[in-house]
Amino acid sequence: MTATTIPRETKAAPRPEVSERSAAENRLGQKLVAPALIMMLLVTAYPMLQALYLSLFRYRLTTPDDKAFIGLANYGTILTDSLFWKDTINTVVIMVVTVAVELVIGFAFAMVMHRIIFARGVMRTAILIPYGIITVVSAFAWQFTFSINNGWVNAWFDWLPGISSTTNWYGDHWHAMFAIMVSEIWKTTPFMALLLLAGLSQISEDMLEAAKVDGATAWQRLYKVILPNMKAAIMVAVLFRALDAFRIFDNIFIMTKGAQNTESSSFLTYRQAIEQFQLGLGSALSVLLFLTTLLVAYLIVKLFAVNLAQARGEG
Amino acid sequence: MRGKPGIGTWIGFIVILVWCLLPIAWIVSLSFKSLAETTTGSPQFLPKDATWENYKVLLGMTDDKTASHDFLAALRNSFGISIIATILAVMIATLAAYAIARLDFKGKRLVLSLALAITMFPVVSLVGPLFDMWRTFHLFNTWPGLIIPYMTFTLPLAIWVLSAFFREIPWEMEQAAQVDGATSWQAFRKVIVPLAAPGVFTAAILTFFFAWNEFVLAISLTSTTKSRTVPAQMSYFVGPDPFNPPYVQLATASVIVTIPVIIIVLLFQRRIVAGLTSGAVKG
Repeated sequence: MTATTIPRETKAAPRPEVSERSAAENRLGQKLVAPALIMMLLVTAYPMLQALYLSLFRYRLTTPDDKAFIGLANYGTILTDSLFWKDTINTVVIMVVTVAVELVIGFAFAMVMHRIIFARGVMRTAILIPYGIITVVSAFAWQFTFSINNGWVNAWFDWLPGISSTTNWYGDHWHAMFAIMVSEIWKTTPFMALLLLAGLSQISEDMLEAAKVDGATAWQRLYKVILPNMKAAIMVAVLFRALDAFRIFDNIFIMTKGAQNTESSSFLTYRQAIEQFQLGLGSALSVLLFLTTLLVAYLIVKLFAVNLAQARGEG
Repeated sequence: MRGKPGIGTWIGFIVILVWCLLPIAWIVSLSFKSLAETTTGSPQFLPKDATWENYKVLLGMTDDKTASHDFLAALRNSFGISIIATILAVMIATLAAYAIARLDFKGKRLVLSLALAITMFPVVSLVGPLFDMWRTFHLFNTWPGLIIPYMTFTLPLAIWVLSAFFREIPWEMEQAAQVDGATSWQAFRKVIVPLAAPGVFTAAILTFFFAWNEFVLAISLTSTTKSRTVPAQMSYFVGPDPFNPPYVQLATASVIVTIPVIIIVLLFQRRIVAGLTSGAVKG
């Protein structure tokens, strides 16, 4: 097949016990992963390098003859533009708020699902529907929910301070951000809850029983036994969801089209590259988005390791 | 912790059901409202006069076929692209996951770290360069133009899920086959494949969900109903009144594209949960 593209070092393997059989195993392993590896490199690594290259050019598809090497000027343009920073802040706000809310609600859902002994199938089905539903559909459902003429939020919640039958949810920044975040939280909390449930079911009942016998209150059991033992599950759930929230696009595209300053980094990148045909500038934005994602991943890993170590130190 | 469910658990149960199902009930209700009703404003939850009109319009059962033509084309594209991408991705991922779970070879770490990097990758940062490449290779606005990136982005999840399943398969079976004279390849095909089928199925469901859901690439790499999928098509829906979004038609389209999701969830909920959480706990 296509295995030739992978460097083979089998013959030079340092281990003395390299038999013919393990060499064959090595070759078969590489052959089997080759198609997947090639696909992944071709569709992600190669375009990313292409983006890195294009980002150094002034290149707009509407005026292709004007293509010229301009070094890091695109990056200069972006980093000194207030729109880029506004969008980055929006994205970070959405990420932090939605992940924090989801962690709390998701944990509560996981507790309920863990304890429930009836209708488990019904519960699982219900919780998987938001997970499986198309994000665009969720965005439309919530856009209509908050609609001024056709939504039920204003009609049902007009007794709350700040909400009346004429509240325009798409009329200003924070109302629009709120609507977007509700859609995002609704759709992705189930995923969070399922990951946390998996972590919760790993905790031995004996340990909780022991804590109970020793006189630990429900809160103490939660903070000193349950949470520290769910470290891995929480970490994975937060990391996955945070990076997912960081690339938020669908909800904003459908609900506000970026109006009222609700644009995200992903939306800005899309708009430059696809709608305005600014391939040079768009590529520079792509590179920056990629780097920010790496930074976010790094920070989460760091932050959580510290926090959890502290939580354990107290115990 | 377990034992008799208290009142709190009951309340929690009801809260979760309302949380998950209320927005679904809302779009279903909206899909039965008439266009006239939403034009004048209709903040009540249930329709005043429930009507099948929207479904008839979208599914081409009325004389005016403009809306249904585009929607049905998009539905065809969605099904075709999602199913082909799923089959190809699962085939490639099965090979890779088998190697990762069972064999010792050089480059395993490279594959795993690349897969992990891709799951965290901001898809949008690829649309610019892919747009440029696809125009050069004449893949822009074609089915393969979407199938190829969909496969790639679902490979990591599929490899992850499958290798977790494969690790659970009893080693001895494969060794027994090899002792009996089967080659590594025969052991894979005759022994492992049948045992691994449930895992493969789970990976296929999750892959299908991804492709069915995908939006960024779908609007960036297509331009007509020749290859536009439903999520992308829905963002281009224009009703009779260009200044008001066609709420009821969008809700109807939403209900129609959610039906496959609900059927899959009803049939395979246990598998989906197992697949989603595999690798997450110990990983």
